[in-house]
Formats: sequence, structure tokens, C-alpha cells
Amino acid sequence: MEKLLEVKDLEVSFKTYAGEIKAVRGVSFDINKGEIVAIVGESGCGKSVTAQSIMRLIPMPPGIIKKGSIIFEGRDITKLSEREMEHIRGSEMSMVFQDPMTSLNPTMKVGAQIAESLIKHQKMHSKEAWKKAIEMLKMVGIPNAEKRANQYPHEFSGGMRQRAMIAIALACNPKLLIADEPTTALDVTIQAQILDLMRDLQKKLNTAIIIITHNLGVVANLAERVLVMYAGKIIERGNLDDIFYNPRHPYTWGLLMSVPTPDLDKSKKLASIEGTPPDLFAPPVGCPFAPRCEYAMKICYEKYPEEFTVSDGHSVACWLMHPLAPKVKPPVGKGVTLS
Amino acid sequence: MMQNSIGELSQELFTHVGKSISEMEAIARPSITYWQDAWRRLKQNKAAMLGLIIIILYTFMAIVGPYMTPYDYRTTNPSEINQPPSARHWFGTDSLGRDLWARTWMGARVSLMIGVVAALLNAIIGVLVGGIAGYFGGKVDMIIMRFVDIMYAIPYMIIVILMMVVLGQGIMPLILALVVGGWLGMARLVRGQILQLKEQEFVLAAKVLGASHARIIWRHLIPNTMGVILVNLTMSVPGAIFSEAFLSFIGLGVVPPHSSWGQLAAYGAQVFRVYPYQLFIPAFFISTTMLSLNLLGDGLRDALDPRLRT
Amino acid sequence: MARYILNRLVISLITAWVLVTIVFFLVRLLPGDPFLSEKVTPEIKQNMIKYYGFDKPLHIQYIRYISNLLKGDLGYSLRYKNRTVNEVIKQAFPYSADLGIRAVIFATIVGITLGIIAALNRNKPLDYLSMFIAIVGISVPGFVIGPLLQYIFAIKLKLLPVAQWKGFAYTIMPTFALSLGSIALIARLMRASMLDVVNQDYIKTAKSKGLSPTQIVWKHQIRNAILPVITVLGPVTATLLTGTFVIEQIFAIPGLGKFYILGIQNLDYSMVLGMTVFYGLFLIAANFIVDIIYGIIDPRIRIGGK
Repeated sequence: MEKLLEVKDLEVSFKTYAGEIKAVRGVSFDINKGEIVAIVGESGCGKSVTAQSIMRLIPMPPGIIKKGSIIFEGRDITKLSEREMEHIRGSEMSMVFQDPMTSLNPTMKVGAQIAESLIKHQKMHSKEAWKKAIEMLKMVGIPNAEKRANQYPHEFSGGMRQRAMIAIALACNPKLLIADEPTTALDVTIQAQILDLMRDLQKKLNTAIIIITHNLGVVANLAERVLVMYAGKIIERGNLDDIFYNPRHPYTWGLLMSVPTPDLDKSKKLASIEGTPPDLFAPPVGCPFAPRCEYAMKICYEKYPEEFTVSDGHSVACWLMHPLAPKVKPPVGKGVTLS
Repeated sequence: MMQNSIGELSQELFTHVGKSISEMEAIARPSITYWQDAWRRLKQNKAAMLGLIIIILYTFMAIVGPYMTPYDYRTTNPSEINQPPSARHWFGTDSLGRDLWARTWMGARVSLMIGVVAALLNAIIGVLVGGIAGYFGGKVDMIIMRFVDIMYAIPYMIIVILMMVVLGQGIMPLILALVVGGWLGMARLVRGQILQLKEQEFVLAAKVLGASHARIIWRHLIPNTMGVILVNLTMSVPGAIFSEAFLSFIGLGVVPPHSSWGQLAAYGAQVFRVYPYQLFIPAFFISTTMLSLNLLGDGLRDALDPRLRT
Repeated sequence: MARYILNRLVISLITAWVLVTIVFFLVRLLPGDPFLSEKVTPEIKQNMIKYYGFDKPLHIQYIRYISNLLKGDLGYSLRYKNRTVNEVIKQAFPYSADLGIRAVIFATIVGITLGIIAALNRNKPLDYLSMFIAIVGISVPGFVIGPLLQYIFAIKLKLLPVAQWKGFAYTIMPTFALSLGSIALIARLMRASMLDVVNQDYIKTAKSKGLSPTQIVWKHQIRNAILPVITVLGPVTATLLTGTFVIEQIFAIPGLGKFYILGIQNLDYSMVLGMTVFYGLFLIAANFIVDIIYGIIDPRIRIGGK
């Protein structure tokens, strides 16, 4: 498969009055053309910052990309000028944000907001762009598209606005779509519709999608591969089955156990992960999850674990994978005892 | 990349330790209270500190200034009229031969006093009315706010001028007139704040836990609106000083032999083509006082708004 | 939109009624009834009784007062027997309106421009300069800036006429002196509004579309930032109109403000009250118009009837 995006050892920080917040601390991953990858984690784990760094939407200052590279189609995005970046944003890669209520301009017609990027990137005339905007609205499943294009965002419902946002993002047929919690602000029934829409469009247009979420339901619905982030690092990665049926990191176990399922064993109570993520002003030297981990060992507090390969494409940063570690039976997945 | 370090790691490192949540919960940032933090930021704001110093200086001069010269602010002297500033009369004399240094600082007393008293009264009434409307809500709120909104729609200066026409001139009528129309803004502000706070979880939690009205108001609502109230209060002092000056200028304010900066400026304006100092001295003090208070108010607003932390 | 206009109209009418009623009862509270004091000549007393109906019971007086106002009759002078408030307004208001309109336009354009410049250069010298001008503008009253301008540009430099209202050159200093405070207010508001909009999600959306900073500023930021500024145009008009009292006095402009101060100095209460009612009603009407303009510009109100 052809690589579209390669993030290598990315470090992003924010300078504040109290010091430096190390939001992303050495993250590496690849995205292939046309695949859907999910980045999962609690709020504050660095997933949104990672996504916005790819779009170069981090406000700088206070944000700063300290280290690493983001190679998109052979070009290192961290080294491009703001001008060059403008040509990539909206045309080669684009983004859908969490809250459709606030991410559309309230004083501009929806059609015009879609047409804008077409005029900018594809040098269309306004009439042509307007036609294309109506087409896009039809494509994302908005009925009466001709009329709707002439309306303002406040005349749209939440789900419709998110459809319009997707239309804006996909207008120039980008190679990469980053969706940052695209369904979190929506009703549950609407969530499923939006996910279906994204899957359909991905098939039709062959756009690669990075979906940022804390909701494993969304992941199971959409993603082919999953990156689990914690405290600015990727702690486990694998394909969908690896993560759901053979998870290896205690944090991933915690995430999976906190998902309610209909066939949930009544004797087991729905688990939550006790405690809060570490302060990123002064991240711990060892594994950041150790203080919340019931399997934590002495080494976990002293040294950050190296990445252990479980199988092809599935790896995990956890000392439990070390041959000297005690054997632990995972509480979730298919119950494979760790070797 | 795996298993490259077996040799270096001892079995001992892999003994089970488990969670240590309590240790992790320790707060990593130095903890300072809201007010300490605000004061720290206010001190860093040079313009605001300059404003504060000037205000303190003027207040001090308003107290002692009139006694620094042998001349009384009321005594006229036909042989020394319209004297320019000199070693004897530091700010010169007016058309009746009164010493302007004494009149300026007596005027400072009146102007500053009117500004502070009017602003304070406005704040007290505004907080009470706005607080009651916001906290109790429902019909009480509706009736109060309808009234406030309609009063608010009548231009402030129109209300003040009407009151002055009816009450007659003088310092007390002036304060009363400024207060009649002045508390409305604060009431709207406080009501808005209280309405927002009331919906927040910590207030709901306090209610569920059975806290009394008094306790909720005193422990939760007041501390959380104090910042906004303080900023608004600081900003309304220059407003009141300006109103006093404006009214005195158009002949509706403080009457002689009392003096105020606005009144001095009004007299000065009549003769300034011949004796410019008679206008520019009070004008300078009015302008720098308002500037200082505005700078201080801006500084306070920035210092008290945690959203501006970077 | 129709509901919005109706709502605003009803509020304006109620406000006008409250104002008029307050004035009516305040007049009854006037100390020592100056309207009928011995100093007033018999003919003028006749005028007063005719207008206010002092010889009738209170409710009749009230009805008479309201119906006089509805007819557009604002009353008589207490000092000059053949002068009515209406005449004075007819004669003097055009000057005040001319000055006022110039000042509103000047203040809006300069204030918004200054605010935009400041916001786009946030925490840079240009921002500090604009905001310094603004805070000085808020702090220095018109009756200080007016004479100061006269002193510098007319007396010392002899560039502009000192006073009066006889042509464009005569309008420059009064317009500037009158609008400085409002320029400052609008500039500060515009800056704050621009900085608020910059943090909105839709600006991030615009950026993620690949628009350039200039395109974002012109197409997304300014348009949204101007909306809240429009709402203060009502109060700004009020400030400017009361400001004309002082500015007309200083620059010897034969506008309504000059007569207002004259009325106060002559203790011509009836004149002052009549003009105050006129100003009050005028400003309530101005506020109403600003609300309607706001409704037209903001699509959330235009189509939605919020």
C-alpha cells in the first residue's frame, strides 16, 4: 500500500505562564492512501493536538512543534511556508471539527461557505462553484440542496450542519480528511447517520480519514486501524481486531472495559479507570499510566517501556510484554494469556 | 526493537507495585489563590500601576493640598484677579482673585468624592437589585428586569439632567441624580452573572447538600461575581467624574463658592483665550484622573479574567 | 423579522411613555412651582396654564399633557412670552443634527478602522498606539479637547476658524472634538470583538479551507465582529447628542445645545423640560432604528425572528 502521510517522532508543546505543556511527546505513525485510522484516548491525551499539527492549525505561539517531521506526499509539512500550507489545506487535506454549531460562520450562506474553497483552490467562477456546492450538499444527503445552499447555518439542525461541514471539507476532493470528534456533539441517532455517511463517502472518493475520538463505538464502526494515545504518546497500535480482541496494554483494557455492551456479564460491573492522566507540565520519566495501573511494576515507574511487537502491525509500549514480567491474564479481549 | 535489553534489566525491576493514585493526584502547579494571582498580574501591568499611583497621589493632594497654601479657596481678592501661576499663587488666580491651587484641590475633593460615592452607591443598589432578580428568578426577576430594561432605554444623561432640574443644584442632588440612573447597568450585569452561576454544578451541589440561601449567596455567588463587580465599579468612577464635570460645565452641577474640576473648567473655558491656564489646569486633572482610572480598570479586568492567562 | 420589529416597536413606545410620564410627575415636584412664581409675567402665566392646565385636576392635566405631546406641541418658554419650544427646535435643531450626523459617521468609520488595525496587530506597537489613542479619547472630555483644539489650530497656528458654523472648515474641529470619545469607545469595542471572533471555531474552519489570513479577516472576521459594535450605535448617538450641548457652546454653533444651556442659565425650566422630552424621544427613536438595522444585518434575526 502507498503511504500518504508519515508522522515521525513528533513533539508539540505549548508555552504557558506556568511552564511548558508537553502535549505530544514523540509520536510516529503512517497513514496509507484511502484507509481509515482512529486515534483514541481521553481528553488531554494529545490526540487533537496531533491532528491539528498535521493541518498546521496549532496557534503559534503559544504552540510549537519541537521535533519531528510530518511527511505528506513526500513533503515535510513542518517545513512549509504558511503560503504553501494554504494550498494544501482544504484541497489536499481538510478537517471536520467537533461542534457543528460553532464551526460554521453564522453570517454566511452555507452554499457560499462550501463554494469558498472551490473558488480558492480550483479557481472556479462563483457560479460554477455554487453549482458544485449544491452538488456537494446533495452528496452529503441534504434534501432540497438548491434551497438549503441559500440558507444560513442557524436554519440547519445539528446533524445537517455536520453534513454541511463534511461537504465543505470534501469539496475539493482531498486525499486526507481529519475528523476531530465529529459525532461527539450530536444526538446518538444522528451520530450513526454521520458515521454511515463518512464510510460511504470514503468508499466513493477513496479519501484517507483520520478519526479522532474517545468513543470506541465510533472506532468499531469505522476504523481499519487504531492508535491508542495516552499522555502524549502512542501506547498501543494495531488493526481493529488486534485492539478489540487481543489488546495488550492495561490502559486499552481499561478503555474497553468502560464501554457498555448489551451482552455485558451482569456480575461484572462497568469499569472506569481510576485517577486522572498525569500533568503534562512535568511528565513522569516512567510509563505515564503506571500510577493508574494495577499491574504496575517497579520498572514502570523508572523507565518508559520500549515498543514490543505483538504481531505484524500490532505493537504495544508496556513492560508487561517483557519476558521477565509476571504473566497476566487480560480482563478483556478473547482472554489470551500473555506470553 | 524488542528484547534488546534483557541483559541489562534485573528480575527485581519486574516486581509488582500496583497503583499509586494518591501520589499522582498531588498538584504539580504552584497553587495561588484567585486574588493573589490577580494581584500578581495587576502588578505586572505598568499602565495600571501608574494609574493607581496617580489616583493615590491625587487623593492625598485632595486631603492636604488646600492647607499647603495660606489662601482660602473662597476668599476673593479684587487686587489680584486673573494672576498667572506664580510663586505666590501656584496655579494663579481666577477672575475674582481666588487662589486656584486651593480651589483646584478643594475641587478635587468634590470631584473625587462625587465619583467614588456615586459609583459605590450605584454598585450597592445594582448588586442588590440584580442579585435578588437573578437569584430568585421567576416573577420577581421578570418584574424587576422589565422595569430596569425600560429605565435603561432612556438615555442616562437625560435622566440625570431631569433629576438635576427637579432637585436643584449642589453636591447631594448631584450624587442622587447620578445614582437614580446609574445603578441600572450594574443590576443587569450582576443578574446576568448570577443567572449563569446558578446553573453551574457547584451551586447545584451546594443546594442539594442543603445549604441555606444566605450560605449559597455568601460563599458561592458573591466571591464568583466579585471580579466583574470590581471591574465595573472601577470603570464607573471615571464615568461619574465625567458626568459631574459635564453637568457643572453646562451649569447644572456644583455651584460656587464650592468648587469642582468641572466647574473650574467651565469658568476656564469662558476666559481661556486670554488666560488659558484657567482652563488647562482643571482640564489636565480631569483628564489624567479619568485616564488613570480607566487604565486601572482595564488592568483589573485583564488581571481578574482567568481566560486571559497565557 | 416582523415579530422582531414589532417587539422593538412596542418596547420603544413603552419607554417613550415611561419617559413622558416621569417628566410629567417631576414637573409637579419642582420646588416652589417656578412655573407660577411671581417673577413670571401674567401673559406667560397664561401660556403655562394653557399648556399644563394647572387649574384642572391632576388626571386631566396628565391627559392634556400627553395629548399636547401627541400633537407635537412641546410647550412654551418661561422667559419669553412668544417663544415656543417647537420654534426653537425648528430653528436650532438643523445645526445640531448636521453636527451630530457628521460626528456619528466620523466616529463609526474611524473607530471601526482603528479597532481593526489594533486587533490585527495585537500586542504590537500599532495596537498599543491605537489603544493609547483610544483610552486618551475616552478619558479627555469634549469640553477639554474643544478649547485645546481651538488654542492650537485656531489661535496659535491660525489654520482653522476659531468658532461658528459657516462652511466645511468650520465643521472640522467641532466634529473631531465631539466624536473623539465615541471613536475611542467604538475602537475598543471593535478590537475586543475582533479578538473574540478570532477564537471562534468558524475561523478555524476558514483556515482549514486554506484561505489566506487576508481572506479570513475580510470575509469572516470583520463581518462578524462588526455586529456587536452596531448595537452600541444607539448609546453612541445619545452620547454624541448630549455632547453637542458642550461643543456648541464652545464653538458658538447656533444649535439646540446652546439654547439648552441658555435655558438652564435663565432658569427657563419649561424650555429645558420641553427640549429634554424632545431629546429623549429622539434618542428612543434612534435606538429603534439601530435595532432594526441590526436585525437586517444579522441573518439570525432577519430569518428566524429571535
